[in-house]
Amino acid sequence: MLEQILTPWRWQNLFTQWPALLQAFLTTLVASVLALILALLLGVIFGLMSTSHHRLPRAIARIYVEFFQNTPLMIQLFFVFFALPYAGISLPSFTCGVLCVGVYTGAYISEVVRAGIQSIPQGQFEAAYSQGFTYLQTMLLIILPQTVKIILPPLVNQCVNLIKNTSVLAMIAGGDLMYVANNWATNGNASYGPAYLISGVLYFLLCFPLSTWARRYEEKLKQQDIQKPAAGKEVAA
Amino acid sequence: MLDYLSGLFTPTILLYLLRGFAITLRVAVIAILLSIVFGAILGLIRSYAPKPLRMLAGAYIEWFRNTPNLLWVMVCFIAAPLPSDWARCTMAYVLFTSAMMAEIIRGGLNAIPKGQFEAAHSQGFTMVGALWYIILPQCFRRIVPTMLSQIITVVKDTSFMAQVAVAELLFRTKNLMSIFYNVVGRQITAPDVFLLFGFAMLLYFAVNFTLSCIVRYLQKRNHAGAQAR
Repeated sequence: MLEQILTPWRWQNLFTQWPALLQAFLTTLVASVLALILALLLGVIFGLMSTSHHRLPRAIARIYVEFFQNTPLMIQLFFVFFALPYAGISLPSFTCGVLCVGVYTGAYISEVVRAGIQSIPQGQFEAAYSQGFTYLQTMLLIILPQTVKIILPPLVNQCVNLIKNTSVLAMIAGGDLMYVANNWATNGNASYGPAYLISGVLYFLLCFPLSTWARRYEEKLKQQDIQKPAAGKEVAA
Repeated sequence: MLDYLSGLFTPTILLYLLRGFAITLRVAVIAILLSIVFGAILGLIRSYAPKPLRMLAGAYIEWFRNTPNLLWVMVCFIAAPLPSDWARCTMAYVLFTSAMMAEIIRGGLNAIPKGQFEAAHSQGFTMVGALWYIILPQCFRRIVPTMLSQIITVVKDTSFMAQVAVAELLFRTKNLMSIFYNVVGRQITAPDVFLLFGFAMLLYFAVNFTLSCIVRYLQKRNHAGAQAR
């Protein structure tokens, strides 16, 4: 590995093909954004369902979360990509990857949203209903905006996981960063050292700012709680 | 129906899949145990060591936390100096999960008041003694739920090995699709494929769901304990 990284001509080789690398990086970015939109949508819907007063939506949300959190993303992906064609449903690999990563992360986000909603005091719901707000209005206008502050750090952490998880696209030839790095590693003169290093750095550049921001923000929230112990207690009660 | 199922899940196929699951679990268990040890060391260094060491540990943790685990499986599969395929992959999981565990452990250490150290020192505990007998036990009790969630992630991530042809559960499930005719003696059909994948999912689910039930139980207990105090 080290010897490869220290060989200049391997780097030259890699950089002569920089458009392919850029293309792959963009694919990873686009896949991440699309999957994130899907995950947020599913996360909010199932998060709301899991705080419902009715048993059925709660049960459906529970099943969704438990199934997707407790089986590997890889097997879900392989199922959609390799098994569904037997039932006549074949999707292109990029769609497959976005769909699977989105639905998988949606399960995690719905748990984050649920925890956020449950942290809002019951009185807020009652106050909103008494003012004539419907369920949807209450949630969208009153409850969810208040949860944003609390759920933002875990949400951003899930976003980091999502970006890292888009690397599974490589498994089904999705053309993302991981896939292209793999190609370099296995093709021709096997320059895996530079290829893997560069792709690692690119993933790092995407994820590090997000995860650092989430940690700082969380620490700041905790600090505020310590400075205002009375307010903290009120929320806990 | 029953005939069909017993025709599909013959002892040969069941054994083939379960042996794959054994590899999955072996890699997961070894990776988890090693990464808890390394993660604890890294977490302690990052929290309490002198500054240069602290920064070094920080760099390691951030680098591995912010790159995909799959990348490390690929890298270690090619470049790690270990004899067997599964051992090289295990090393990748240890590298990655150590960083995650270190971050979790650091979170637990942060929550312990500095006064505990001073109290321990004033009672004549050495640094190591204080850590081992006083700080770490409290830290671990607090972070067990988070750690178990990470353990679930490791069990799930072992399926990355399918990509580098280590014959764990997912690889074997997929492989059965191509060798089906030779094993069962007929063409594979849609129900066969779905049932094979369903069986593999069930195995993963059984292990992970058990773990996540423990997580929820512990979280509830921790929460109740915190409120009682």
